[in-house]
Amino acid sequence: MSRLDRGPDKKRNRGVGSLLADYAVPVIFIVISVVAIPLSDFSATYLIQELLVRIGRNSFLILSLLIPIMAGMGLNFGMVLGAMAGQIGLIFVSDWAVVGIPGIVLAMIIGTPVAVALGILCGEVLNRAKGQEMVTSYILGFFINGVYQLFVLYFMGWLIPISNPALVLSRGHGIRNAISLTGIRMVLDRLIPLQVGTVTIPVATYLVIAAFCFFILWFRKTKLGQDMRAIGQDMAVADSAGIPVNRTRVIAIVISTVLACYGQIIFLQNMGTLNTYNSHDQAGMFSIAALLIGGASVSRAGIGNVFLGVVLFHLMFIVAPKAGRNLMGEAQIGEYFRVFVSYGIIALALVLHAWKRLRDRAEARRSLRGPAGKE
Amino acid sequence: MLKKFIATAGWPRVIIGLFLLALFVTAPFVGVRISTSLSDTLVRFGMNGVMVLAMIPMVQAGCGLNFGLPLGVIAGLLGATMSIEFGVRGALGFATAIGLSIPIAAILGYGYGQLLNRVKGDEMMIATYVGFSSVAFMCMAWLLLPYKNPTMVWGYQGTGLRTTISVDNYWSHILSDFLSFKIGTFYFPTGMFLFFAAMCFLIWLFMKTKTGTAMTAVGSNPEFARAGGVNVDRMRVISVVLSTIFGAIGILVYEQSFGFIQLYMGPFYMALPTVAAILLGGASVNRATIFNVVVGTFLFQGILTMTPSVINSVLKTDMSEVIRIIVSNGMILYALTRKAQVKR
Repeated sequence: MSRLDRGPDKKRNRGVGSLLADYAVPVIFIVISVVAIPLSDFSATYLIQELLVRIGRNSFLILSLLIPIMAGMGLNFGMVLGAMAGQIGLIFVSDWAVVGIPGIVLAMIIGTPVAVALGILCGEVLNRAKGQEMVTSYILGFFINGVYQLFVLYFMGWLIPISNPALVLSRGHGIRNAISLTGIRMVLDRLIPLQVGTVTIPVATYLVIAAFCFFILWFRKTKLGQDMRAIGQDMAVADSAGIPVNRTRVIAIVISTVLACYGQIIFLQNMGTLNTYNSHDQAGMFSIAALLIGGASVSRAGIGNVFLGVVLFHLMFIVAPKAGRNLMGEAQIGEYFRVFVSYGIIALALVLHAWKRLRDRAEARRSLRGPAGKE
Repeated sequence: MLKKFIATAGWPRVIIGLFLLALFVTAPFVGVRISTSLSDTLVRFGMNGVMVLAMIPMVQAGCGLNFGLPLGVIAGLLGATMSIEFGVRGALGFATAIGLSIPIAAILGYGYGQLLNRVKGDEMMIATYVGFSSVAFMCMAWLLLPYKNPTMVWGYQGTGLRTTISVDNYWSHILSDFLSFKIGTFYFPTGMFLFFAAMCFLIWLFMKTKTGTAMTAVGSNPEFARAGGVNVDRMRVISVVLSTIFGAIGILVYEQSFGFIQLYMGPFYMALPTVAAILLGGASVNRATIFNVVVGTFLFQGILTMTPSVINSVLKTDMSEVIRIIVSNGMILYALTRKAQVKR
């Protein structure tokens, strides 16, 4: 995307104003939460329990967004592709009635090749739309959603055999709207039980997430990770330095898609029900909103942003409907407020980023003018 | 000759054109009446035409595809609900709705244009989310605004607008039925087409004026336009305002034919089919003509009307929704990936 607003040396000599613009989104959220929590009348233990569950449920999905950002490809709206791959894995696993941890692993094994294939497709498409990655991956998500529906709604049970009649619509083909994942419901969360007071902690899920964080930290230091960062800084320079730009970008998207596939499986084992036709849509939007709320920008995001984002976003998620009811006498208002904030925050973050990029560019131009200019 | 035609028209359009032709040819064999389908296609063409037309100014001024169309739609919805609230019926009611929505659209469009000027290069993504968040914001507003007319508010509470509001007693089919005629089962909404033609003429006329030409110049090369003394930012704002106003008028035309006002999440996905339609007509991300609008809307709406009836009779399942998703988004993807190939 942009070339000028990155690198730590650039950050040091920024004024308070730019700093505030950088963290405007989290700050707004903290303010909203501070106002809304007392209004909602929830107890502290309830909030903590809910937050712990939601951190476990969502973090993995959000973490999958980090690698494309590193490679300068912006927010990967194409992560829904990975989510769909994960859901396909889960559909088969529930058809074959594989339960427990083996079920989850098998779903991941089935989902992986699908995610890799979709990731390669996504990467190739994005290479043809450089500079427009976000909107392209966004539309690609819709497009593949159509293909996914074609498969799940028409081919499954017709061309692709599905033996379990509980999964199939009464007309004989097509998967039902909601699938209950009883066999693998919360198996990962409850693998290592831990209870503190009345609060249950899903230790195993947290361990998986921690392992993933270490993977990202390690990955950044590898040759491939460094290449990605170089491409993120400047594609042309990376190209002349001999880095295979297009190939590396495809790899970044493939990794993100596969991880999103695993993330969706983890998400759904916690939920316990698979909404065949809209679980993936929500995965994309909520993950991106959460990451941005955590203070990430389109070109810079770290692990810290992920966790701050999950906490703040889901705090609002839990609190908003009840606060809406207590304040306005109608829960529906809080519900719409939640939707408004999720979309509004993405819009705001994108605007702030684009704005900053233009400002930095203007500043860079000014600095070229020599001593007469600033700096 | 054929090769040249395909090259100029572009593969996707040729494929979709042939697909539509195939649908029309098979229709009589599977028991779908051609005259009904054709008149359905024409009605839907008229319903959506003006909204697709709303894409032109922004594309021409280089602001990209107007994914923020829901903003214009909202202005139209405000105008429509207000005209009903004031109880104005018939042609006058429709005129009131348009009259009320234009200033709202102009104000919203002005702000929207100012915003887009500050985020040059990222317009489309931001427009999408501006559209989405304004729809979500209006969801709250529909609940809270002090509308009183009993045809519009929820019966048992007395406040908050309904999800769908019938315009039956107000201005339903006010344009469509003007001079309309029927031949057997074939119905032609003359008034709606006259209105659409008038709108096309307005856009055409505007594009010929000094401002219109300057706008096109901004779209094709902003640096050059600036050097030529054109105020780039101002032109872009004008184009966004125009797009938003046409979006507002477009939704009103849509509603009078449809017979209902859809509030809340109704306008949410309005932008995608509209964008797809103009691209299907041969427009690109930075160039669009009235011809593109006419061809694109006809092809797109034709497929939307024909696939359910024909495919259903052949396969005995309703695949129209899936086909719609794949065609419309495939078309947008095609347009996005064709733009300016960067070196490696």
